Amino acid sequence: MSATQVSTTTYAVRTENVTRHYPMGEGLIRAVDGVSLTIDPGEFVALLGQSGSGKSTLLNLIAGLDRPTSGSVLVHGRDLAKMSSEELARYRRNDVGMVFQSFHLIPSMTITENVELPMRFAEVERAERAQRSREALERVGLGKRLDHRPSQLSGGEQQRVSLARALANRPGLLLADEPTGNLDSRTGEDILNLIRDVSLSMGMTVVMVTHERAIADRFAQRCIFLADGKLMSEEVRA
Amino acid sequence: MTSYDLLDLAVRNLRQSKLRNGLTTIGISVGVASLVAMLSLGVGLQQLATRRLAGSGLFDTVFVTSRQDFRGFDKEDDAKAPNPEKSPALDETARTKITQLPNVMEVEPEIRVMGEVVANGETHFGFVTGLPMSARENEAFDNLKGKFFSSDNADEAILLMDFAKELDAKDPAGLIGKDITLRYGERQALAQEPSDRPAMNGEGSSGGDDYGFSVVRKQQPLRVVGVIDQEPYGGMRTVSRGRIFLPVRTTERLNMAQFTDMRSSLRGGSGKTYMTLTVRVKDPAKVQAVQDAISQMNFRTFSVLDATKSLRRFFTVLDLFLGIFGSLALAVATLAIINTLVMAVLERRREIGVMKAIGASDQDVKKLFFTEAGAMGFFGGVLGIVLGLGIGKAINFGTGIYLHRHQLPSEAVWVMPLWLVGAAIAFSIVVSLAAGLYPASRAAKLDPVQTLKYE
Repeated sequence: MSATQVSTTTYAVRTENVTRHYPMGEGLIRAVDGVSLTIDPGEFVALLGQSGSGKSTLLNLIAGLDRPTSGSVLVHGRDLAKMSSEELARYRRNDVGMVFQSFHLIPSMTITENVELPMRFAEVERAERAQRSREALERVGLGKRLDHRPSQLSGGEQQRVSLARALANRPGLLLADEPTGNLDSRTGEDILNLIRDVSLSMGMTVVMVTHERAIADRFAQRCIFLADGKLMSEEVRA
Repeated sequence: MTSYDLLDLAVRNLRQSKLRNGLTTIGISVGVASLVAMLSLGVGLQQLATRRLAGSGLFDTVFVTSRQDFRGFDKEDDAKAPNPEKSPALDETARTKITQLPNVMEVEPEIRVMGEVVANGETHFGFVTGLPMSARENEAFDNLKGKFFSSDNADEAILLMDFAKELDAKDPAGLIGKDITLRYGERQALAQEPSDRPAMNGEGSSGGDDYGFSVVRKQQPLRVVGVIDQEPYGGMRTVSRGRIFLPVRTTERLNMAQFTDMRSSLRGGSGKTYMTLTVRVKDPAKVQAVQDAISQMNFRTFSVLDATKSLRRFFTVLDLFLGIFGSLALAVATLAIINTLVMAVLERRREIGVMKAIGASDQDVKKLFFTEAGAMGFFGGVLGIVLGLGIGKAINFGTGIYLHRHQLPSEAVWVMPLWLVGAAIAFSIVVSLAAGLYPASRAAKLDPVQTLKYE
């Protein structure tokens, strides 16, 4: 929730006719093909679709990890497509937190060090770094295992570390790519409850990619269905 | 990312694959060690040569001889000079003139005469050499047993160890403090022309023995004050090795007959002349100026200045070659760094992707690999210095044994100056950074989407 997020725009994320095409041999893969959508601040949105529907590619575009072939991705009034790679890195660092299906923790680091890593890139001072990583880990219920390594933790616990790391720089936008994909349904639910609680208390916007309709129905305020890179339909829940 | 974090992460990453990075670092250190060992050898040899020359007392010395006497070494120089007969004689007048030149510290004649020492009822033949008081600084007196002359006019003698052994084989050093008798030939002026033949050159007389002189056997008691192992100013053995050393004023006072006296007696009327004058200059840098001034007076001069000029050129070339050979190992080590880091980039693809996803910029990733390369260079450099030091100690130890076997004093032929330590480590870091250029930019260019998809 940095100062840059205070803006007059009424959306958190907006894509305008965004496309992402990959050349493949002679042809072209249209991973994302003209998607326009708007996500409100504080909203919990699920992107649903079969594998290959383009939902992960869309998430990477919103995350600033990938650049659109055409169209624009606006986050808090700024067009990611027009940013330099240095600006995109700063955006990923300060405005976005990411949670992955396979956690993507660095195995050689303790969980505290893993959570501190994004703060190192953000040049947060060491004392504050330690405090914030402890807070984040306490928030996800791992306050007693600060010096453990990822390999000593269960999958669910690793995903909690991953969430703590995503929260480290206090972003306004949390992006989750199949966060329950590698977890059993019970643990998956726990994680999503945690994500929902944290996003509510921190006022974060959440965009989650999943192929599990049940999960999306339970936690997302809105479900967006994609197929062949195109937006098919939307369902707003309670 | 701050420098602290960069360094911290880099060292942490290096420790992740200890064996591989350790081997690469050892590779660098071998390269640095070979470079340092080679260059230190060059430095050591140069210092050795310079020390030898400086210790010989030749660096601040100009030797002056008359063109009348012997032929010079340089035929071209002789051809340009006027007729030897027209050149001035190297006599007291010339000595005074040279003494008055700027930057001249002292002018002493080189006196070397035959003498006999009577000790314990036996006579021993040897050459007597006069030494100025400034000779005390000559390296020959570094291991002087006993004392140096108490004054430049004392009736004292210092003996060469070989000669002392001849006098007393059992306890040559025991001669110190004892009295010996020196038998020598004194140059005595003839009061007048012995026959009624007219004098060859009656005018312009300067000395007291214009008509000629006779050589009369004389004796002088002397106290032995010291014994030395080698002859000072050994570089200019114009006549023969001196074995008995007297203060220069004492030899002058005793008016000993010299070889050149024969030459001057033939010439007649020129009085007493010197064979060689040894001019000591205040500062080695002023040697050339003094040498030129004396040459202007039409004397033949010699100094080691020209010899050292070519010596310096030789060592520059030697250092260059030693450096090139030493660098070869470091060049091989550079390839090892590139290899290690390229491997690391491949292995850590996912980690790089994760770092980018959570906010690392391309520059951060590039700097991280750069720092890892630099850290390997630093550690390799430090290790290389230690290794090089070991090699150097071994070289010095080896040459020490060799010299000892040949009854020579040990010499440090291998010297590692402090600037070389700093330069070697800096060089090692720079080379490692250069080696890290390609792997670092490769890591920075990795596409995070691709690397994270990779499972």
